[in-house]
Amino acid sequence: MNNDYQLFTRNTRAIIFNLQANAIQRMLDFDYVCKREKPSVAAIINPNAKRGGYHKTFWGTKEILIPIYQNLAEASAKHQDADVLINFSSFRSAYPTSMEALDIDAFRTVVIIAEGVPERRARELAAYAKLKNKTVIGPATVGGILSGGFKIGNTGGTIQNIIASGLHKSGSVGFVSKSGGMSNEAYNIIHKNTDGLYEGIAIGGDTNPGSTLIEHLLRYEANPKVKMLVCLGEVGGTEEYKIVEAVKSGKITKPVVCWVTGTIASKMTGEVQFGHAGAKAGSDKETAQAKNKALKEAGVVVPNSFDDYGEKIRKTFEKLDLKTTETDETIPPIPEDYKQLKAEGKVRKPTNIICTITDDSGEEPLYAGLPMSKVIESNMPLGEMIGLLWFKKKLPDFAAKYIEIVLRLTADHGPCVSGAHNTIVTARAGRDLMSAIASGILTIGPRFGGAVSGAAKHFGNAIAQEMTPLEFIKYMKAKGVNIQGIGHRIKSATNPDVRVTLLKKFAKKNFPKTTYLDYALEVEKITLTKRNNLILNVDGCIGVLFLDLMESCGDLFSEKEKEEIIEFGILNGLFMLGRTIGMIGHYFDQNRLRSRLYRHPMDDVLYDTPDPKDLGYDL
Amino acid sequence: MAIRGIREYDGKNLMASNLDKYCEDTVKINNNYLLVGPETDLANCPTQHSWLNNTKLVAKPDMLFGKRGKNNLLKLDATWDEAKAWIEQKRKEEVTISGVKGKLTHFLVEPFVPHKKEYYVAIRAFRNKDVVYFSEQGGVEVEENWDKVKEIEIPVMENGKLIKPEDIDFKSKLPLAGEMKEKIGNFINALYRFFADQGFAYLEINPFAYVNETVIPLDLVGKLDDTAAFENLDTWGRGYSFPDGFGKKLTSEEKFIKDLDEKTGSSLKLTILNPDGKIWNMVAGGGASVIYADTVSDLGYVEELGMYGEYSGNPNEELTFQYASTILDLMTRNGEKGKALLIGGGIANFTDVAKTFKGIMRAIEKHQDKLKATDTSIFVRRGGPNYKEGLANMEKLGKKLDLPIKVFGPETHMTKIVPMGIEHINN
Repeated sequence: MNNDYQLFTRNTRAIIFNLQANAIQRMLDFDYVCKREKPSVAAIINPNAKRGGYHKTFWGTKEILIPIYQNLAEASAKHQDADVLINFSSFRSAYPTSMEALDIDAFRTVVIIAEGVPERRARELAAYAKLKNKTVIGPATVGGILSGGFKIGNTGGTIQNIIASGLHKSGSVGFVSKSGGMSNEAYNIIHKNTDGLYEGIAIGGDTNPGSTLIEHLLRYEANPKVKMLVCLGEVGGTEEYKIVEAVKSGKITKPVVCWVTGTIASKMTGEVQFGHAGAKAGSDKETAQAKNKALKEAGVVVPNSFDDYGEKIRKTFEKLDLKTTETDETIPPIPEDYKQLKAEGKVRKPTNIICTITDDSGEEPLYAGLPMSKVIESNMPLGEMIGLLWFKKKLPDFAAKYIEIVLRLTADHGPCVSGAHNTIVTARAGRDLMSAIASGILTIGPRFGGAVSGAAKHFGNAIAQEMTPLEFIKYMKAKGVNIQGIGHRIKSATNPDVRVTLLKKFAKKNFPKTTYLDYALEVEKITLTKRNNLILNVDGCIGVLFLDLMESCGDLFSEKEKEEIIEFGILNGLFMLGRTIGMIGHYFDQNRLRSRLYRHPMDDVLYDTPDPKDLGYDL
Repeated sequence: MAIRGIREYDGKNLMASNLDKYCEDTVKINNNYLLVGPETDLANCPTQHSWLNNTKLVAKPDMLFGKRGKNNLLKLDATWDEAKAWIEQKRKEEVTISGVKGKLTHFLVEPFVPHKKEYYVAIRAFRNKDVVYFSEQGGVEVEENWDKVKEIEIPVMENGKLIKPEDIDFKSKLPLAGEMKEKIGNFINALYRFFADQGFAYLEINPFAYVNETVIPLDLVGKLDDTAAFENLDTWGRGYSFPDGFGKKLTSEEKFIKDLDEKTGSSLKLTILNPDGKIWNMVAGGGASVIYADTVSDLGYVEELGMYGEYSGNPNEELTFQYASTILDLMTRNGEKGKALLIGGGIANFTDVAKTFKGIMRAIEKHQDKLKATDTSIFVRRGGPNYKEGLANMEKLGKKLDLPIKVFGPETHMTKIVPMGIEHINN
């Protein structure tokens, strides 16, 4: 059991409200350097983690798991040894969560980090804590530290600073201030001028802190390990007069060094609100000058300014004439953090992933180097944007438009084709959007939608090998392969496919060159002599026109790029992108209709199983 | 994050429109008030507020200063036309209030109510209690009759329980008798609940009258805790803009920084003290910034101090760039030579020093010509996460731009750069 004057020991454990990964890691690094037996963080509360879980963090070189709970009561019940709550919740919820903690028996100390807790709530917290005989540190604080024992959250900053300021080992000086930033500065001053800090607390810059300067000073007075007290006060309020009274009345007998900041306030005309809410003199008594004077008169060591604060601390410490004891000076090394070293440019590692199309590591996402805002504000056509992401090229207007036309043409082709059909069946089986669309997309390939790609390959090859249309047809016949993109089940020369007509019209009007289309139309002329429906179909037309598109872009695509684009299946990609629009539509349609599980009618199936005897079974 | 004064109009309006929540309709209160601002079209007011034509009126400036009667800034018993003419006249004049010169921009207009008796009530929040001050002898002489003022203390806690404002009945505690005890008591009960629930730190109504079964607040001073805004989103908490004190006009730079500050979770503060000052402190942290200003003053150079300010709470690069740019522009504006910029701070707990310096460095680069022209020396002192990298970058920048930038870490006492800056301006 701790004494009343002792908030923390080397065995103190805390529960952290809100998952503050950096603060937790810094606490554990401190623990490790101080050679604590157990990590000081017992558990974490994350109100959003309905199912709890674990937080993975470093303990020296090893990784350990810290349990996460959704609420305080549960966490405290499971970790009765934790008597400190470090409350990182926002200024909105700091009050209710801290009040809840004060009602939980296991907690003796509640630290409130948030700035901006209403003053009325803060004073209720202070009063309630007093009733419960507990200590509240904050609001609006970084916390505090027991040197070599227990560290609250981000107090003391990085582990390098902690070691540089000697906070990993115990000294004899008890310190308290309002300011968190200045307490860290003061630890460094104390380290340089004394045998080190015993304990330091920042009570927070608000008007109504949960615990006050004098309360902590009285704890230090009662603690035999503390030999001298150091305090940093601030303009505003009358709290420092309690130190004056305590020294005068003999409640404080240990030497005190104290400086009240804000001497400038009385020299400024007009009102200036300093950085801390409480730093404002309401009367002459609350000025820094008046307080420094009263402290000095009571026998407190008061420097002339902040400049000789350290010197006064040193002289006061020297007068104590303490015997120095040799302590174990070895500090277990804390491995450097990769992130930190990288920031300092001291470490490198090869990357595992390369990305050359987008970049989300800066302030604004980049599409092929182009800031998102440019893409949006210039009203960039969708086709041009696809060009950026697929080819890293600025496509000319006709090419961007062509891509958009293809997306429109391929968006849907009714419920009977395999992609839509699969989507419908999956949707009706009660699966989610993603599953239904995936099942549809998975049908896209050589037979479904693949003719686009196939046509581009067939006609591309024919022209590359300089075959005449007739030679090409003969060559394909000899190989026994149907020419992809030729032929339609219903449409014919006399009943032309309107989609093909539109595509041809657009290309003739807008493409600088239509070499591949013209070639395909020559092939069509020949195939039509064979049968009326052996027309250049829509897939074929899209495919050959894509070749024309690349050809028409001048030097934009190299020969190798053109080959690769076809090879990598860009045309399937175009078909898939377009058709996904329709598949999503089918999914929503089936859901709106509340369609039930699809079962194929038996009378639509020809059942023809083998005779087991033929298989060698004797039934 | 502080206690801030509000306009009399806002205090009265807030009270009149919310009091019924706290008194179950036992108190009637005047709720006809008009705030005239610099943009208000006076000709249009009677159409929106018909009561202006039905009653005699009071008009007075509403700019966070008192003693308006003594300063002859009170128009009483006036018709709307008279009040309007008076406001139009006063809008043009420059007046001096407690030594501060300024123009009158905001006025409160309310019904003029003849009355005999004036009451005094004030409520102040302390760390461990609220105190309600009440007197039957209100008005300008209340301070002379302070012995007649009854002080009623309401502790934060009693008998192990937090006090609920709705459980307090002031009737038996007020120095009143008969039916007034009941009537005024109902009002004070409601007023205390209003005070506690709406996040007030101070509220004074001196005086108020009770006429025709209606509470008439004649003069009101209110101060709100601005951190309580989120608890009062349905009343004043959504974007109430706290007025500045009389004659205190923010410069465009101060306003710019204030607007930046309000938009982020970080803190950015700027108060210009002397635009021709030669020492400019750009300091991180609420505590350290005060100490740097103290030190300049302690060394006898308070009149050379250009500004008070601070940045903290890990502001991002853009914010520190804007903040530093504003300061660099201000300090080099008069073109005089021999200035010192102190980029100071303690040892940060969690603020990334290198990151916050990035924005400052961009600003220095942008203003390098002006800094050279004014022979400005820059002194940097900082510790905390990544401070070594931050200081090294600063030093490099100095070499690159050929600007005198000296850097110091935690091994140097925090305020050591102040005498260095002073030495520079003296040479």
